[in-house]
Amino acid sequence: MIDEPFARGRSLVHGLDPRAKLVACLALSLAAALARGYLAPAAVLAFGALLVLAAHPPWRLLLGRLLAVNGFIAFLWLVIPVTAPGTVLYRLGPFPVTAEGLRLAALITLKSNSVFACVLALVCTSTAPALSRAMTALHVPRKLSFLFLFTYRYLHVIAEEYGRIVTAARLRGFVPATDRRTYRTYAAILAMVLVRSFDRSARVYQAMLLRGFSGLFPVLATPAAGPRDAVFLAAALIAAVAAAGADMVWSGWHG
Amino acid sequence: MAETPLLELRDLSFAYPESPEPVLRHVDFVFSPGQRVGLFGPNGSGKTTLLHLMMGLVAPTGGEVRYRGRPMATEADFREVRRGVGLLLQNAEDQIIYPTVLDDVAFGPLNLGLAPALARVRAEETLAALGLYGFEERLCHKLSGGEKKLVSLAGVLAMQPEALLLDEPTNGLDPDTRDRIKDILARLGKPFIVISHDWDFLDQTATAFYTIDRGSLTPTPQSVLHRHLHSHPLGDAPHHHH
Repeated sequence: MIDEPFARGRSLVHGLDPRAKLVACLALSLAAALARGYLAPAAVLAFGALLVLAAHPPWRLLLGRLLAVNGFIAFLWLVIPVTAPGTVLYRLGPFPVTAEGLRLAALITLKSNSVFACVLALVCTSTAPALSRAMTALHVPRKLSFLFLFTYRYLHVIAEEYGRIVTAARLRGFVPATDRRTYRTYAAILAMVLVRSFDRSARVYQAMLLRGFSGLFPVLATPAAGPRDAVFLAAALIAAVAAAGADMVWSGWHG
Repeated sequence: MAETPLLELRDLSFAYPESPEPVLRHVDFVFSPGQRVGLFGPNGSGKTTLLHLMMGLVAPTGGEVRYRGRPMATEADFREVRRGVGLLLQNAEDQIIYPTVLDDVAFGPLNLGLAPALARVRAEETLAALGLYGFEERLCHKLSGGEKKLVSLAGVLAMQPEALLLDEPTNGLDPDTRDRIKDILARLGKPFIVISHDWDFLDQTATAFYTIDRGSLTPTPQSVLHRHLHSHPLGDAPHHHH
């Protein structure tokens, strides 16, 4: 089942207003992603790591996600150092390894992990409905925030639908193998999920009409943010601006 | 009769485009304030279609639907019907639109134009009245079948309709939830039309009965209702037969 393991928790970070967390995450991520040197992403990584520590996430799951992100980056390490032009440090067989390539790969690794830490600590610690409400409160276009919310809502329904069909197939003796019949069965299962989801979307639209839907999405008000949220947001913004400023100075020195 | 009927069907016919057999043929029916109607008939006899026609979800192939004496034809006409009459769908999963309970129950009131603060109060009050106090922030996909049914009913009742159409409201529910729905209907005192195969439920809630079969709707005396065998797993707990 689709779950939000990082959103469960009672830590200080979980208790912060999702609007403050979204804005902070955006500012910190931008400061890290747009930087030209190591300093800003390193600072953001440190800030994000502190927040992750404060959120007490389930550590095993966190490790899994870290591996997933860095698994992708491992491929970059295979390619970038030998393809980026620049000063050749040494040769690996026919491939020249450049200093610029190594530096670029290291920078990408640092940036990715700093953004990952911020997203994990600030976005994953809120539930999807809370995030959607925060997006609406921050004047993100309604269509986007509702698209996000409805995707979340119906992902569960579709996953359950899929589960039921697979169970029905297993009850009737279906054992997946690597053959044409298995592929055909999976194609049929996917087609069934698609058709049923389409039918369901028609029924849900009827249900919306029954309850007076006329194309607008009014929403309930979000509770007001407290002083703690203001302090956190101020700290995060200062950190982001300081990181970005430091990066400009740093890149000034290094051309 | 002095009272204007709430809903009226005049010479109503309906056929699915791909099927040669019409589902409903020249049906006349009057639903007045104060009526509690039980509707039954075999699977595929058009019970659900009848309710959907009343709410303007499908268009009739002949005849007309009247609401408070006025003919309803366009989508805009039926918006008015949907403000006054609530339809509880057969499948609660279809009726629940939002991931969280409070947002879902407030959806109708917000569409009626209530200010967000009022819509929230209305949703909270409706939940409390159905014994769902404390459910506000629960996630809909984690509710049990019975809880989903009650939340979907709360979504309908939060619009404070003057009448209800209920499509197999007790289908697949445990006896406790079934009794809760029965109590809620009795407490509300609103007129309703209920489709059900649950004879006991019909017998205990409705006052007028209709059978729908082979395209026509016929009044049925209550005395023919209770002819079936049943077991009494609770021993001889009090119950009544006709």
